[in-house]
Amino acid sequence: MKRNSVAIVGASETTELGKVPTMSQVQLHADAALNAIADAGLKLSDIDGVATGGHNAVEIAHYLGIVPKWLDGTSVGGCSFMLLVRHATAAINEGLCETVLITHGESGRSNLGRHGSSIFPSLFQQQFERPFGVTRPPTMFTIPVLRYMKDYGLSEETLAMVSVVQREWASKNPRASFRDLITVDDVLNSKMICYPFRLLMCCLVTDGGGALILTKSERAKDLAQKPVYVRGTGESGETPMISQMRDFTSSAAFKVAGASAFESAGISHSDVDHLMIYDAFAHLPIYGLEDLGFVARGEAGSFIAEGNTRMGGSLPLNTNGGGLSYMHSGMYGMYALQEGVRQMRGTAPAQVPNAEISMVHGVGGMFSASGNIVLTNVAGN
Amino acid sequence: MSESERELPKPTPETQHFWDGTRQGELRLQRCKKTGEVYFPPRHFCPSSGSTDIEIIKASGRGTLYSYIISHLPAPGFTPPYAIAIVKLEEGPKMMCNIVECEQTPEALVLDMPLEVSFEKVNDEITLPQFKPAGK
Repeated sequence: MKRNSVAIVGASETTELGKVPTMSQVQLHADAALNAIADAGLKLSDIDGVATGGHNAVEIAHYLGIVPKWLDGTSVGGCSFMLLVRHATAAINEGLCETVLITHGESGRSNLGRHGSSIFPSLFQQQFERPFGVTRPPTMFTIPVLRYMKDYGLSEETLAMVSVVQREWASKNPRASFRDLITVDDVLNSKMICYPFRLLMCCLVTDGGGALILTKSERAKDLAQKPVYVRGTGESGETPMISQMRDFTSSAAFKVAGASAFESAGISHSDVDHLMIYDAFAHLPIYGLEDLGFVARGEAGSFIAEGNTRMGGSLPLNTNGGGLSYMHSGMYGMYALQEGVRQMRGTAPAQVPNAEISMVHGVGGMFSASGNIVLTNVAGN
Repeated sequence: MSESERELPKPTPETQHFWDGTRQGELRLQRCKKTGEVYFPPRHFCPSSGSTDIEIIKASGRGTLYSYIISHLPAPGFTPPYAIAIVKLEEGPKMMCNIVECEQTPEALVLDMPLEVSFEKVNDEITLPQFKPAGK
């Protein structure tokens, strides 16, 4: 990819997050879209590319009154928005369109105007997993962790520390759903959902949305916001079935997407000032830190427990509070990207001082797919 | 468990031999004749080599408990808490299953414990491959 050639010039979440009983899913998309367009200082008529995941992209375009030159409906779960940023960057560089709107909206809690699954049903999962009682994400995403815990000696207490540290970040964020500090005991004594996962190790279920506007970096100078450049990107997919993940202690998709993002950005781990790792469940930051190569195998739990990802730590992680405490409508990737943009603009509620490079990792499905975006506020190559 | 409510597999041309096998008390896998690799889920070619020169084999039915959760969430046809487990078969592939004839507790479900297949007839068409502690 052409490094820093495309910029995010508009970014916004929905006006409200959490419980939004006044909007169906398509309106959550539109609310975020209109906010992002206003944020960029653009008009609806400036948009000539539309992309979304988990919803019919044509319906979003039509609802907004846009007849686009470019459409992308890649829908691989919560990281769809990382993949869409990557695809939009390529499309803009190829001249397929000039100004792309990427939207997300999900009535995860109120369940208004939701239809069908956000990911295509899997043939194999229907035959070889559903009959054994898997239902919602907590019954699938969690399955590999006991293998990791035995192989690497990760304790339930250390796993619980992921939730504790992220709540510290959320406590600084007025828009976070949960802001009261919690302890390891609080986590371990919360309701058992799927052993060994307790309630406070699982993400929220909320309503909300977000949108991004991308265009060529040279155009960004004339627009309203400080541009946030797309410096590197990666994507991958491994399996639609959790049972067929090759190694239960490591995600092949995280590794491939992460390596592509580092390589295309031309950066090393020490260059990353701010990191988002999609945390639908407490074990994901542990797998992410290792599969992206920030720490060696088996070391991520203690890395977090020792405070490295806290405020003031060497690697600020999930600074909005994450899917565990900030918000999680079902496909959290858009909110991770929004926080990456805020950190690069210098407008985050818990701002990392002088941050210049943000890596935003996403997962889709149950370790099924992954996307990774490197953002920067420093122009040039 | 009330089996009638459980979601049941809908076999396809690529998987029919597997479900025919479980009905006859056999756990069937596929092996690539080129590389010797045994793979699952079923398909008409080896996903490693791409070769269509493959054969159906009868698995030993032995494996070990690779990972699991104990779900406390409601599910059609299940009474929580119940384990959703992954067995690592002697031949290499992993499969999802429930662990039958065993307490559904962390104390009874010990990682890497030996398991053996146990066929659970649901109706005339479908028999599910389940696993139980070996020698039980």
